[in-house]
Amino acid sequence: MIRLIALFLFLLPVAAGAQNVPKLVPDVSQREINIQSGFTGAEMLLFGAIIYPRGVAPEGQVDVAVVLRGPTRPVTLREKQKIAGIWINADSTDFRSVPAYYAIASSRSLREIVDSKTAAIYELGLERLQLSPSGEVDAAEQKRFVDGLVDLNRRNGLFRQEAGTVEITDQVLYRARLNIPSSVPVGTYTAETLLIRDGRVIVADDNVQVRIRKTGFEQLVTIMAQDYALFYGAMAVLVSLLLGWFAGYIFQRL
Amino acid sequence: MDIYLPIANLSVNALVIILLGGGVGVLSGMFGVGGGFLTTPLLIFYGIPPAVAAASASTQVTGASVSGVFAHMKRGGVDFQMGAVLVFGGIFGTAAGAAIFEILESLGQIDTVINILYVVMLGSIGGLMAKESLTSVRASRAGKPVPAAKRRHHPLVANLPMRWRFYRSGLYISPLAPLILGFITGIMTMLLGVGGGFIMVPAMLYLLGMGAQVVVGTSLFQILFVTMASTMMHSLTTKAVDIVLAVFLLIGSVTGAQIGARLAQRMRPEYLRLFLAIIVLLVAIRMALGLGWRPDEIYTLQAL
Repeated sequence: MIRLIALFLFLLPVAAGAQNVPKLVPDVSQREINIQSGFTGAEMLLFGAIIYPRGVAPEGQVDVAVVLRGPTRPVTLREKQKIAGIWINADSTDFRSVPAYYAIASSRSLREIVDSKTAAIYELGLERLQLSPSGEVDAAEQKRFVDGLVDLNRRNGLFRQEAGTVEITDQVLYRARLNIPSSVPVGTYTAETLLIRDGRVIVADDNVQVRIRKTGFEQLVTIMAQDYALFYGAMAVLVSLLLGWFAGYIFQRL
Repeated sequence: MDIYLPIANLSVNALVIILLGGGVGVLSGMFGVGGGFLTTPLLIFYGIPPAVAAASASTQVTGASVSGVFAHMKRGGVDFQMGAVLVFGGIFGTAAGAAIFEILESLGQIDTVINILYVVMLGSIGGLMAKESLTSVRASRAGKPVPAAKRRHHPLVANLPMRWRFYRSGLYISPLAPLILGFITGIMTMLLGVGGGFIMVPAMLYLLGMGAQVVVGTSLFQILFVTMASTMMHSLTTKAVDIVLAVFLLIGSVTGAQIGARLAQRMRPEYLRLFLAIIVLLVAIRMALGLGWRPDEIYTLQAL
């Protein structure tokens, strides 16, 4: 009995603390994105509700940021420089963990809602991504490569940062749209929602996962090309021969 | 009409690809070349990754040359013995090309090398063709007969040991010459996605001294087999053959080639060659400028 009371007393502050923290109920419009022949990209709706303790929304403004992040992978970034009149790849840096896709939307600009330390901890914003560059000792050079990588991905549509695009209704419901380009890499993506108030992240939830994969014919072609290369090559040759021969045959009859 | 390319991993407009194939097809039908030298750069300008562009263009050239080979075979315009030697060299060439491709890719220099090769090859061959066709255009304008080209093989070729008789080509030369020629074209096919007709035809005429009646047919024969080998090699090494891209290119190019072949019958051959020379030179100039201009993307990403 005493033990139970002690346990209860011990757990009480934790439970009380948990009670004071709002809870997020996030979801996405699609848990699965299937890439098929007509795929030109997708629009993902990230939405959800904020459940406040005792059901009362606090005074003052709350902000929400949503992040959709693809699997990380190591990459080499090459930089072209003009050497002897022509532009060639002259310098390079390896990055150990670059997300294949990263999009963040927030209800106001990130600078207004979080301080730089919080932004760094939660990797909020394109300039806060932990890309783990390796090999470069010179900080200025490293920054040049990081900026180059982020800029390249942003213009390809694989890195996005949008402010003011998360709509919050009555401090309770939020929704945001994120665009996914057709060149999106396949893999398991994580959707993260962060509730922010007074510059701090009050609660974060990253339990929602989105699977992006090729299906049907597109999946078949990819698997064939990767795992049955000999057969795939022979098929490509055969299709090409047949189409060429067939066209010649048809036009002779015309 | 948007279509997703499963190997290039992006979505393109199918009509643009078909029209691109069709435009190249018209030219290839007119001039009897595969047209890979136009397809690959155009695909790269359109945003297809260079490796996928080169690999799929070589698959497309296979289809574009097959009906030509049949047509020339019927006319007896293929020297099979010469063709076999060229193909043999070509297959080794594609293997060497695959190794070179891999090395250059790991060094990050594949794009630059592809561009420089295009500029050098297209520039020199376009220049030669322009000069030759201008001479014959002037001659025919002046009403004089076109000075007949001396049909002799190059002294270097004549000095090679171990001569064979190539009856259809009317030659008694060492098989090493076509073997090396095939080898070099095989490397080009692998790296650039070109069939190599525009290297092969002048080389056969002016280096080997083959009879004109079998040059185009034998060149097409070699292109057919070497692009097949190159497709296989790309499938096995770079895994960059996009069959969807190749099919759409083919739909355009096989149709275009038939139209081009009909157009060619109404045009004077010397003007036709001048026209081709101008196109080749334009592509070379565009690529040369591309090397010197500040590129749109300074940075490129490669997954490890």
